Amino acid sequence: MEIVVCVKQVVDTEAEKKLLAPDWRLDRQSVENVLNPYDEYAVEEAVRLKEAHGGEVTVLCMGPEDAQSAVRKALAMGADRALMVTDPALAGSDTQGTALALSGALAGLTYDLVILGIMSTDAQTGQLPSALGDILDLPVLTALNMMKFEDGSLTVHRQTDQGYVAYGCGLPAVCSVVKGINEPRYPSLKGIMGAKKKPLETKDLAELGVDTARVGGAGALTKVLSTTAPPPRKAGQKIEDDGTAAQRIVEFLAGEKII
Amino acid sequence: MTVYKAPLRDIRFILKELVHAEQLVDLPGYEEATPDQIDFVLEELAGVCQELLFPLNQSGDEEGCHYEDGVVTTPAGFKEAYAKYVEAGWPAMACDPEYDGMGLPKTVRLLAEEMLSSANLAFSVYPLLTTGAYTAIFKHGTDELKRAYLPRMVEGSWSGTMCLTEAHCGTDLGLVRTRAIPQDDGSYRVTGSKIFISSGEHDFTENIIHLVLARLPDAPSGTRGISLFLVPKFLVNEDGSLGERNGVVCGGIEKKMGVSGSSTCVLNFDDAVGHLVGEPNRGMSHMFTMMNAARLGVGMQGLGLAEVAYQNARAYAKERLQGRALREPRYPEREADPLIVHPDVRRMLLTMRANTEGARALAGWVGLNLDLAEHHPDPAVREEAGDLVDLLTPVVKSYFTDHGFLATNLAVQIHGGHGYIRETGVEQFVRDARIAQIWEGANGVQGLDLVGRKLGMHNGRLLRRFFHPVAAYLEAHQNDPLLGEFVAPLAKAFGRLQQATARIAQQGLRDPDEAAAVSSDYLRLFALVALGYMWVQMAEISLERLGIGSSGESRVNGGQATADAAAASVGDPKDVPFYQGKIACARFYFQKLLPETSSLFAVIMAGAAPVMALGDEGF
Ligand SMILES: Cc1cc2nc3c(=O)[nH]c(=O)nc-3n(C[C@H](O)[C@H](O)[C@H](O)COP(=O)(O)OP(=O)(O)OC[C@H]3O[C@@H](n4cnc5c(N)ncnc54)[C@H](O)[C@@H]3O)c2cc1C
Ligand SMILES: Cc1cc2nc3c(=O)[nH]c(=O)nc-3n(C[C@H](O)[C@H](O)[C@H](O)COP(=O)(O)OP(=O)(O)OC[C@H]3O[C@@H](n4cnc5c(N)ncnc54)[C@H](O)[C@@H]3O)c2cc1C
Repeated sequence: MEIVVCVKQVVDTEAEKKLLAPDWRLDRQSVENVLNPYDEYAVEEAVRLKEAHGGEVTVLCMGPEDAQSAVRKALAMGADRALMVTDPALAGSDTQGTALALSGALAGLTYDLVILGIMSTDAQTGQLPSALGDILDLPVLTALNMMKFEDGSLTVHRQTDQGYVAYGCGLPAVCSVVKGINEPRYPSLKGIMGAKKKPLETKDLAELGVDTARVGGAGALTKVLSTTAPPPRKAGQKIEDDGTAAQRIVEFLAGEKII
Repeated sequence: MTVYKAPLRDIRFILKELVHAEQLVDLPGYEEATPDQIDFVLEELAGVCQELLFPLNQSGDEEGCHYEDGVVTTPAGFKEAYAKYVEAGWPAMACDPEYDGMGLPKTVRLLAEEMLSSANLAFSVYPLLTTGAYTAIFKHGTDELKRAYLPRMVEGSWSGTMCLTEAHCGTDLGLVRTRAIPQDDGSYRVTGSKIFISSGEHDFTENIIHLVLARLPDAPSGTRGISLFLVPKFLVNEDGSLGERNGVVCGGIEKKMGVSGSSTCVLNFDDAVGHLVGEPNRGMSHMFTMMNAARLGVGMQGLGLAEVAYQNARAYAKERLQGRALREPRYPEREADPLIVHPDVRRMLLTMRANTEGARALAGWVGLNLDLAEHHPDPAVREEAGDLVDLLTPVVKSYFTDHGFLATNLAVQIHGGHGYIRETGVEQFVRDARIAQIWEGANGVQGLDLVGRKLGMHNGRLLRRFFHPVAAYLEAHQNDPLLGEFVAPLAKAFGRLQQATARIAQQGLRDPDEAAAVSSDYLRLFALVALGYMWVQMAEISLERLGIGSSGESRVNGGQATADAAAASVGDPKDVPFYQGKIACARFYFQKLLPETSSLFAVIMAGAAPVMALGDEGF
């Protein structure tokens, strides 16, 4: 089974994020960047499917040259090869532009399955799986917490608030996976040392035949007009136990519709 | 809730800019150790430390190890974490490729040891001892022993121990009583009781390989009559499978001040089958070949705890609102100013940080020399590097662990009463740090090693390996106007160190107590100069990066580069505060910490008399 995993390099979740005027792009320069944590689940699932059914895992990443470090981590976890889409024209792309670039890259790859994370931790739109499926005209299964491949078709569980819904689907397909689907491995030392020896190709938009006018800030269909920081968190409520604490905690949780 | 993030930025600075670890790639065997690759390895290990090991640190301390009927159970989560650690292949990091190791440089392992110690010292003891046992077998074992035992230890599915201590002997191992009787088949039968054996029994691995100091029947008394034996918990069959249980049982574990997640065992050997490692009666010297590495590792434990203590103290000092800055409120919109505005809190934070970063730099330098000593093709370079490592090993062990204890104490102080409360998590750092001053040779013994053995070795050759580069640096920069503020105090402290050395050499010959009585003070003086030598170089690099180089007048504006010029010079804007921090820390070090050399000098010159005058019965 040939699998492509899409991974994004994001701003370290612990870093303080800054949005830069005038177009409110994320400041990626002044902070550490890492492999999108949700994409680790996608990579892990792809590697497990490969281990069970054979084939190869290709990592696909659109991003600047230094996004290679995120790609390398995916290779260290067990992916076999990588394709980077790097082009200055891509700066400021919205999800549509990103999906166009990634689908352009996928056109040159053989795959049975495309796996993505549920969303990025920085821009967090969660739109890419659907956008990609739409452009590729493939079935899209999102928010999966279980994937099984048997007899040429895929059985998956899609996570919902109440539980899960089971789906079956033929290949090829586009899937996005959630946190609970697996426990991503720590890259092995052998994997780490070997990652650099795995093939990593970089292509620009011309090589992929993607129209530069439709991507980047210029081609974007959406525009971020302004951003506002969330209001500071309210101080917590302290409940001293005078014998009624349990009751009051239950009332509080019920009031917040948590239980 | 405590926090920890591996100091990768600082490590990168030390490796790439200070000690030029890129030269490692040129050493035979290290072809793959490119700076990039080393970065990547340390980054991923940082993930393991932060996400897997650190979260178990406090719970492991609370729970401790359990003992029942010879069986030891480690705290919840430890066993699973070890399984992941092994699955990812970390035990193989710096082991020899011939036995399935990854053959990474020792520099990397040393820095890795710091991170592991920060994250979870108790956990880190298990793999550390395996490394120690591995090294002893690797260096002195027969091919047969190596083939039978090393691959499984490298893999991490078998662990190792070092069994030296007995109830009546710790420092003075010449008193060892455990006996080994030769058998007709070439093996030995080992009988005796060892105490305080770390990782002596646990639930991580299917077999445990004990390295035991014991005496042959006709052995001379004292340290010259001690041999080293390999005693497995389970005997190993010809085909590598596990056989019968050997005659070694864990008689109990200790309740102790810290590292409670690390098992400290009484091991009773009763006619246990053992194999001689190396030559008969040469056990002490065989043990010492791995002891140097282990002592450096213990130094890193002190450093690791100092680092994690600093990170927590810093976080707390920025968050805890208490009092107002004396001149005027610095954060008037808040109810009070955070602790960080108070000069005394800053003094404590900077004392922690300047020592920690200086120590890490020294570790980088020692690590590099450890690799040069083992891998450089030129024997002269190997000798020189090896000398430097031998000289600095007691300094690293003792000064770093003393600093670890002081720094963790300062972290408690900065947390005030909350630091003394268990739940906050910082008092654990103090308790954990304390052991590093004791094991692998108590710190007092390190001073004796430096003064009694290392100084005089090869007519002072070891000493020259350190004195010469320092003297050369001082001479080359003596008229440098920008570095003057660092070079001048360092030159003064170095002068004191030279004088103190001369006095100890002369007086010590006449009366060994004269050397011994000041050995700990001398080691500290030595360490302060060594860290100064690191700090002056770090300051030099940082000034240059910020465009305040000695010849960079164009960008210099009264010694201060403008923010823009600094950013332009550094290239990456997030590096500007990094280098500025380095320079500020260097100033703190030279003006606030290095002056201790003056009092140490006075103490050393006062000699042994004040210490020895009172008779034993007068105490
Ligand atoms: C504050 C802010 C708000 C934004 N709002 C919008 C908006 O409302 N609409 C819009 O169109 N754009 C928006 N963008 C732009 C958006 O960040 C980019 O389009 C981005 O490249 C993809 O969107 P995402 O990060 O939300 O991906 P998601 O859809 O959240 O990511 C899902 C998965 O897609 C894959 N993936 C994502 N990016 C890549 C990549 N570069 N290479 C390979 N795989 C990838 C990963 O597997 C990831 O887990 C916004 C950007 C910012 C900074
Ligand atoms: C938690 C823990 C784990 C340990 N793990 C191991 C292990 O895995 N394997 C192992 O073999 N041992 C282990 N030890 C033992 C440890 O290495 C010894 O405790 C240490 O070597 C000191 O020996 P001692 O306790 O007998 O102290 P002593 O030798 O009695 O020393 C007491 C004090 O006197 C000083 N002193 C002793 N002799 C001299 C001298 N000649 N000159 C000046 N000062 C001197 C020492 O510096 C020390 O401060 C462990 C100990 C602990 C507490």
